[in-house]
Amino acid sequence: METMTGAKALMTAMEKEGVKQVFGLPGGANLPMYDEFARCDIRHILTRHEQSAAHMADGFGRVSRKPGVCFATSGPGATNILTGLATAQADSSPMIAVTGQVPVAMIGKDAFQESDIIGMANPVVKYSFQPRLPGEVPEAVRKGFYIAETGRPGPVLLDIPKDVQQNEAPMDFPDEFTIRGYHPWNDPDLASVQKAVDMLVNSERPIILAGGGTIISSAFAELQSIAETLMIPVVTTFKGKGAFPENHPLSLGPIGMHGHAEANKMMAEADCVLAIGTRFSDRSVGTFEAFEKRLKIIHMDVDPAEIGKNQTTSIAVVGDVRASLRIMVKILLQRSLKKSEDSVWIKHVRETKAYWKENLKIHPGEMGAAKILRKLRELLPKESVVTTEVGQHQMWASLFYDVIQPGTFFSSTGLGTMGWGFPASIGAKVARPDVPVVDIAGDGSFSMTENSLATAVLEDIPVIVFVLNNSTLGMVAQWQRTFYDRRMVGVDQGGCPDYVKLAESYGAQGIRAQSMDELDKAIKSALSSDVATVIDIPIDPEEDVLPFVAPGTSLSDMILPS
Amino acid sequence: MWAILSILVENKPGILFKVTHLFRSRNFNIDSISVGVTNNANYSRMTITTYGDDKQIIQIVKQLDKMIDTVEVKQLDEHKTLFRELCIFNIKLSSANDSMEVNKLVNAYGGKVHDVKKDSLMVELTATPAQIQAFEELVEPFGIIAVARTGVAALQRSGV
Repeated sequence: METMTGAKALMTAMEKEGVKQVFGLPGGANLPMYDEFARCDIRHILTRHEQSAAHMADGFGRVSRKPGVCFATSGPGATNILTGLATAQADSSPMIAVTGQVPVAMIGKDAFQESDIIGMANPVVKYSFQPRLPGEVPEAVRKGFYIAETGRPGPVLLDIPKDVQQNEAPMDFPDEFTIRGYHPWNDPDLASVQKAVDMLVNSERPIILAGGGTIISSAFAELQSIAETLMIPVVTTFKGKGAFPENHPLSLGPIGMHGHAEANKMMAEADCVLAIGTRFSDRSVGTFEAFEKRLKIIHMDVDPAEIGKNQTTSIAVVGDVRASLRIMVKILLQRSLKKSEDSVWIKHVRETKAYWKENLKIHPGEMGAAKILRKLRELLPKESVVTTEVGQHQMWASLFYDVIQPGTFFSSTGLGTMGWGFPASIGAKVARPDVPVVDIAGDGSFSMTENSLATAVLEDIPVIVFVLNNSTLGMVAQWQRTFYDRRMVGVDQGGCPDYVKLAESYGAQGIRAQSMDELDKAIKSALSSDVATVIDIPIDPEEDVLPFVAPGTSLSDMILPS
Repeated sequence: MWAILSILVENKPGILFKVTHLFRSRNFNIDSISVGVTNNANYSRMTITTYGDDKQIIQIVKQLDKMIDTVEVKQLDEHKTLFRELCIFNIKLSSANDSMEVNKLVNAYGGKVHDVKKDSLMVELTATPAQIQAFEELVEPFGIIAVARTGVAALQRSGV
């Protein structure tokens, strides 16, 4: 056993976990850890706010499926990452947050920059550790990474008192460990999968609902094989967007509050749903009662607590959804089950899809959201990674930006954190430097973490920020127009700031695109730029996101464009 | 529905906080809670009683089970479980007759009388929550000065 400080042990343990970079911001209580960056191979990426560091780690984790790591100091540094932890927890994203803490003897004395981050973060982390002795650090790191990335992934907090970082101890880096109360993987029950197959085969109007879990477990090939073999149309949740190629004939796109009209219609008509890795959020299914009343639900999820939480299920399959779907694929092969594409249901699905493709009214102007996002899709290589912020642009992206390569679209879907997309795109670009990474943004959200431009420029992480700029908190404005008799309160952004100048002031490229022609050029310029680019696209502040399923109503009650 | 949950947890600081926080954040209610270390010092046993419909109770058990610090979570069947609560009453006495009456009730419920004063006495009662409730209703007319309850401790009977 080598004797070293807790801080050195932390870095050594992280190197053993394969950590190549940390997003963070130093302060008094994490200086001993920062000092180690001078002596190890882990890259430090400096952020201008701890919240952004957390979102970067989150974006890295979602794309690479390995925990991203962020560092913050004690007190305000730690409280600043809370939103990042909550976002990662809501979307089951693997992440490690390491915070400095005041020395052990000072804990509870209201010391300078002391906060009970373990207590505060409790409901928004999968687990947390606060090593009280330097010798406890290696095992906390090993267990932390294991917990963060296994089962249903999530954020883990390591809160390390300053003296634990500074003091030396003989260090053992264990490969083996036990966590008695943690059983992340269940073997899917074969009999339940068989029953599920029977139910699907015997139903008249089956549909597949692919949730975020499908993407987390990379069950793309299995999903596609089942859909094609049984000729079942596929809808997704918003988080599951892109679990299935959206240019596939069986794809209907996301359901939900701003789901595709054809997806909501077909979901409302189906008699049996194979729901994969989804928690049936209210934003996806509308009212729970209306949803489950007419449907036989087969629910596959890695988290047993999701079964029956929001929806009563007919058949539950607990386990990694990829493992469950693999069993299903095997059963279909063994039993040579195959359905033809001429069923009444599939014909109806095809017609409905064609109808809405033809008849969904979009904004008539040259710079309507649909046209802008379709242009982006046209010019982006299919392997590009897209993140979004939260608001109208996010829902337009859901409606009009088709994800072709599965697992290339990420958004803060559960917590709905404005300001997530830009730092997350930086984390994503670090994970996938070989592909273009675009943050589809609105001006309201981008304002919240725009100072990450400094990180993108100085750390040479050339992402593209695609700002649909209506100079308004657009989604709030839409609700005020729809539900509050057009009393517009607190939504006007007043054309401030000028995003082109803002980008330039950080040393990034700023381009304003006011026509389709300019947009075409701007996207091409951004794609060939070796510096981060902000494309500012002024749009009509009155444009609504439609269709719209009002809260508390069912998916069949869509408000459509008039 | 009233339910008794038996939760074996790691005997570490902060676990009680996490368990009770789960009830708060998931909008469940704790009716009573008792905690103590087990014969194996690595574990503590929490006994929580709660109310909810079947679906809610199943959800509580699953959410507790999902917690990494819980080693075993069980909903106990009342009929196969020994469950008791300790309750201490301080009861007002207005006359010598009151003292006799209260003593009779205490004997009937298998309780013990302590700290007898001219105008009050204390009662220690170990019973089921329902029995404690019944006793409380019976002594209510005398005047209850204060009550302290431990919450239910419960173990499933062997071989059932």
